[in-house]
Amino acid sequence: MSILVDENTRVIVQGFTGKEATFHAQQCIEYGTKIVGGVVPGKGGQTHLGLPVFDTVHEAVRQTGANASVIFVPAAFAADAIMEAADAGLELVVCITEGIPTLDMLRVWHYLKQRRTRLIGPNCPGIISPGKCKIGIMPGHIHMPGPVGVVSRSGTLTYEAVHQLTMLGIGQSTCIGIGGDPIIGTDFVEAVKLFNQDPETEAIVIIGEIGGTAEEQVSAYIRDHVKKPVVGFIAGQTAPPGRRMGHAGAIISGGSGRAADKMAAMRAAGITVCETPAEIGQRVKEVLGRR
Amino acid sequence: MKIHEHQAKEILARHGVPVPRGEVAYTPDQARQIAERIGCPVVLKAQVHAGGRGKAGGIRLAQTPDEAAEIARQMLGTRLVTHQTGPEGKPVHRLLVEETLPVERELYLGITLDRSIAKNVFMASSAGGVEIEEVAREHPELLLKEALEPGLGLLPFQARKLAYGMGLPQALIRPVTTAMMGLAEAYHAVEASLAEINPLVITTHGQVYALDAKINLDDNALFRHPELAQLRDVEQEEPLEVEASKYRLNYIKLDGNIGCMVNGAGLAMATMDIIKYAGGNPANFLDVGGGADVEQIRNAFRILISDPNVKAVLINIFGGILRCDRLAQGVVEAARDLDIRIPIVVRMEGTNVELGRKILQESGLNFTVAEDMKTAAEMVVRLAQ
Repeated sequence: MSILVDENTRVIVQGFTGKEATFHAQQCIEYGTKIVGGVVPGKGGQTHLGLPVFDTVHEAVRQTGANASVIFVPAAFAADAIMEAADAGLELVVCITEGIPTLDMLRVWHYLKQRRTRLIGPNCPGIISPGKCKIGIMPGHIHMPGPVGVVSRSGTLTYEAVHQLTMLGIGQSTCIGIGGDPIIGTDFVEAVKLFNQDPETEAIVIIGEIGGTAEEQVSAYIRDHVKKPVVGFIAGQTAPPGRRMGHAGAIISGGSGRAADKMAAMRAAGITVCETPAEIGQRVKEVLGRR
Repeated sequence: MKIHEHQAKEILARHGVPVPRGEVAYTPDQARQIAERIGCPVVLKAQVHAGGRGKAGGIRLAQTPDEAAEIARQMLGTRLVTHQTGPEGKPVHRLLVEETLPVERELYLGITLDRSIAKNVFMASSAGGVEIEEVAREHPELLLKEALEPGLGLLPFQARKLAYGMGLPQALIRPVTTAMMGLAEAYHAVEASLAEINPLVITTHGQVYALDAKINLDDNALFRHPELAQLRDVEQEEPLEVEASKYRLNYIKLDGNIGCMVNGAGLAMATMDIIKYAGGNPANFLDVGGGADVEQIRNAFRILISDPNVKAVLINIFGGILRCDRLAQGVVEAARDLDIRIPIVVRMEGTNVELGRKILQESGLNFTVAEDMKTAAEMVVRLAQ
């Protein structure tokens, strides 16, 4: 099994006709994802990649029966796009766009709280259930179906971990990039909760980074609720304080958000902590072998 | 984005927060004229993007306009080293010349995002004038907090709760809550990521002033505030970082000798970590981002190697949005154009990786291709020695 997305997920692309959206929609289609159309205000009625384009998400949902969307619209309009998708009743919205102002995301976060829509991202690579559905910008070919759930704040670092797993012959149930911003939709705790409930996920990989307290929170949740083995890594062990390391969320400020504290919290929760990113695959192999 | 104290105070003043009378001086003459206008004694405050100025000699008192000019002459053009600047310090190109105030009490006011509840949080403490992290650590009971409802900002009753909570006498409740409301309003208006008044002083006459102020702006929101984007002072930034930002590259200079070029912030941090683990020292953090093109790769390379400490380069790319063939093409062109002689270790994976490796191998240039991250790190550490 898998979580959140599978062969039945029907996806529309918001900002469909843009360059990156076009490239990645094509890649998703080739992977086997059911992309059923797209939305670009003002381009309704056209076709793109052989699929219908609509002016509004409402219209797209009505015509295609979509239950998920992926957003590639520019940062200035992305918050609006997320809320439009939620208003149209989509179950899942994956926002790839980076650089959304924090104030916009604050509004989005509270808007979504009153609705049933789950957001992944923004500023994330998306979600993939290998062999079934890929909604995002990750290279599909490095994944394979299997028993490991992966959740990460990073994009390319997730690819690195997944690649290691696949090279060792260990497949993945679902991989989620939750995004590197201070305010995100689905967080570590929610993702881990879903993996914990999924009967076919046998082990969980958590890839965190400096900044915030999300890793500490998920460690506490795992300590209290999760029996499945968990492997963790924190990026930024050598990052200087007070500097934003690329992601808006990756900053050590006021003495909090340090890698050492996060690794200690993980260890205290019984999580197998990797010292370097190169050993993630190997550690997962070991914890799976112990079961 | 960081801005100067005087800029933060101008923003606060526009939102009704009282600030000391003061003006900015770029020359000793200007310092003298301002001191004459305001009346001595005056305080001269170095405008640098760092805290800890007082202890570092960046805040000085002048009894006469002549003394103000003399102190300005001594301070302007120097570099101020505080515990926040690193050993190279920050250049002092402007001074804030301000009236002095008879201070009776110092409070702390601040506002920032609490990610764990996705709300902004207003903080207040009766222990002002010291670093708030220290208060939070040593006397957490003295740091009061109110979470702000999105769209509502700081409500008057919340400000009163904080003011009474700090044990202020009745006469101070109104001026202090006014300053609080002004700070919260300014925070929202400029889309800050942090706004602090530390200290907010109470004078012996019972008046309230923001004696020092700090505002950090949300970089992602600057497109909506072109007037604020102009407040950027590039002289306070590392020149290579300024150069990198022109090409939307995320570069942070560090003190090692192994240059890193990586796509993605998480992988870039992890690459620094593994270099350190292999016994080396990264010279920089450099995230070329997802959509980097050949031109950007070339610029990234140029910036990377213009750090004279760099003895070897590790390129670690996992192709997602960025395709490996694009990358390889950029690397080869840049290495040729820039006539790069130092060893380069390339590790790449992902979309179009075979094509990318082929471009590197057929380039006739001296690249070492590594299969995985650990090997790549070990190779580059050896080559940098």
